[in-house]
Amino acid sequence: MDRRPRSFYLLAAFFTLFLLFLYGPTLTIAILSFQGPEGGLTFPMRGASLHWFRDLFEQQAVGDIWGSFGRSFTLGLMVMGTTIVVSVMGGLAFRKRFAGSGVLFYLVVTSLVIPSILVSLGVGLIFSQSGLDVHWATSGFGAQLTWTLPFGLLIMFAVFNRFDKSYEEAARDQGASAWQTIRHVVLPIIAPSLIGVALFGFTLSYDEFARTLLTAGSHNTLPLEIYGMTTNVTTPVIFALGTLTTAFSLVVIGAFLAAVWAMNRSRARQGSDAGRGMV
Amino acid sequence: MAAHPKTFPAASRLLSGASLKNRHVSGWLLASPLGLVLAVFLLLPIAMIVIVSFWGATEFSIYPAFRWDNYEFLLTSPVTWKVFLNTFKYAALTWAFTLTIGFTVAYFLAFHVRSLTWQIALFLLCTIPFWTSNIIRMISWIPFLGRNGIANSTLMSLGVTDRPMDWLLYSDFSVILAFVHLYTLFMVVPIFNTMMRIDRSLIEAAYDSGATGFQTLTNVIIPLCKPGIMIGSIFVVTLVMGDFITVRFMSGSQSANVGRLISNDIALLQYPSAAATAVILLITVLLVIGILLRFVDIRKEL
Repeated sequence: MDRRPRSFYLLAAFFTLFLLFLYGPTLTIAILSFQGPEGGLTFPMRGASLHWFRDLFEQQAVGDIWGSFGRSFTLGLMVMGTTIVVSVMGGLAFRKRFAGSGVLFYLVVTSLVIPSILVSLGVGLIFSQSGLDVHWATSGFGAQLTWTLPFGLLIMFAVFNRFDKSYEEAARDQGASAWQTIRHVVLPIIAPSLIGVALFGFTLSYDEFARTLLTAGSHNTLPLEIYGMTTNVTTPVIFALGTLTTAFSLVVIGAFLAAVWAMNRSRARQGSDAGRGMV
Repeated sequence: MAAHPKTFPAASRLLSGASLKNRHVSGWLLASPLGLVLAVFLLLPIAMIVIVSFWGATEFSIYPAFRWDNYEFLLTSPVTWKVFLNTFKYAALTWAFTLTIGFTVAYFLAFHVRSLTWQIALFLLCTIPFWTSNIIRMISWIPFLGRNGIANSTLMSLGVTDRPMDWLLYSDFSVILAFVHLYTLFMVVPIFNTMMRIDRSLIEAAYDSGATGFQTLTNVIIPLCKPGIMIGSIFVVTLVMGDFITVRFMSGSQSANVGRLISNDIALLQYPSAAATAVILLITVLLVIGILLRFVDIRKEL
């Protein structure tokens, strides 16, 4: 192995600094959330305890954290499921180059780049002017989809661009119907990428603030609850909440990574099923 | 199907016509849920904002009308122009920093990290903070940058300064810093993606032809990365231009961008005025995107 050039070490140092920059602040509040009861929002640490985490579990103290967490979680799952189904259908549709697909594509790009507060304002106005109540599961759900669907679709584009069409041709040659081809050939091949779509769908929804601001109605989602806390809570309890939500995100990523790993493993174990299907 | 066009001209025309129509119909059927969501939650809201931007407002309610007052007030107010200028300043500075940092990070990962496993591992390491709440990531800067924060105490103990520096927090500096912190990843991902698709033999060829590392970078790698750079730029610029919460938190409500202007109007229930500002913002953002898209055909690059 040849020696690494000097630029490697410079760039590696830069990369390390970048990681410190990314992780530093979050680690800081993680440490500060373990302050003693006398501690404040900054260093120095005044003792170490779980005081602020306990505070978080006493509902009256800081609003409806657990209710809002439950809503965010449910909404995240709803958005995730819808994003997977609609993105796969959209991805399949765009392969057909149907008339008007160009217009739809630019609509998707618009959806991606439009400032989120505009979606929030517009959806809020439509609901209020037509006499409907805004609610996280209706208006909030729709507003979040305008953000998660474009991401899901972009991933599907990337997936289908690398998709080997000869598998489908083989299936058709053997007499599979269009639906059978999708169900037994296309979907199993793209399944691991769908985990990526799911991960995007869930986390983008779970963390979405601006698009939910005017569309969630009287019951807050977690980001809205956190936002509310930042304006009136001046104790490390908010850092405790930050630590918990970060930990929760890590658990979610871990679960998704484990799913990918398990899927790859079972594939490796099963190997090729050539010649087995028809017997 | 068109195998015997001479034998059955009518039948073959009919068949290919049917399959052509079939493609469009099934395409639209598959795309209909997507189209429906975008129509109801994107097009309709935009139309609503445009309509409401002409309405009038009292202190308690809004009423249908057709007046240019909202736009007239908006466009003749020096505050608007200042705020727009500020928005562009934030967007330009954030773009410059995220591009420099994002490109360097992607370059390191794509060309200096040798094994695929390490590339993926280090890349994942960069993406993990992205999955944490944006608001939490913003407030996590406060113990860092505050008067008695880590930055100030470190600088003072090093003897760089003898009293705390106030400009670290609640300033343009902290706003840009937070933007860079939140959005650099949106630059890293598309640039890394295009870099990974560059044919390595092109770099070998440049090296064999006697190009220095720097020449290879400027003449081969950067031009080939243009699509990734453009897509990253579109993300960063639009996110920064529409942002209202980072600016509010990190400037301590001391400076404003267009998003803040809109959210202030919303808080005061001045929806028509908010809508007019939103329309101007939307036009501006679409113009910027239009210019950026001139440089790259994103549909081809996906």
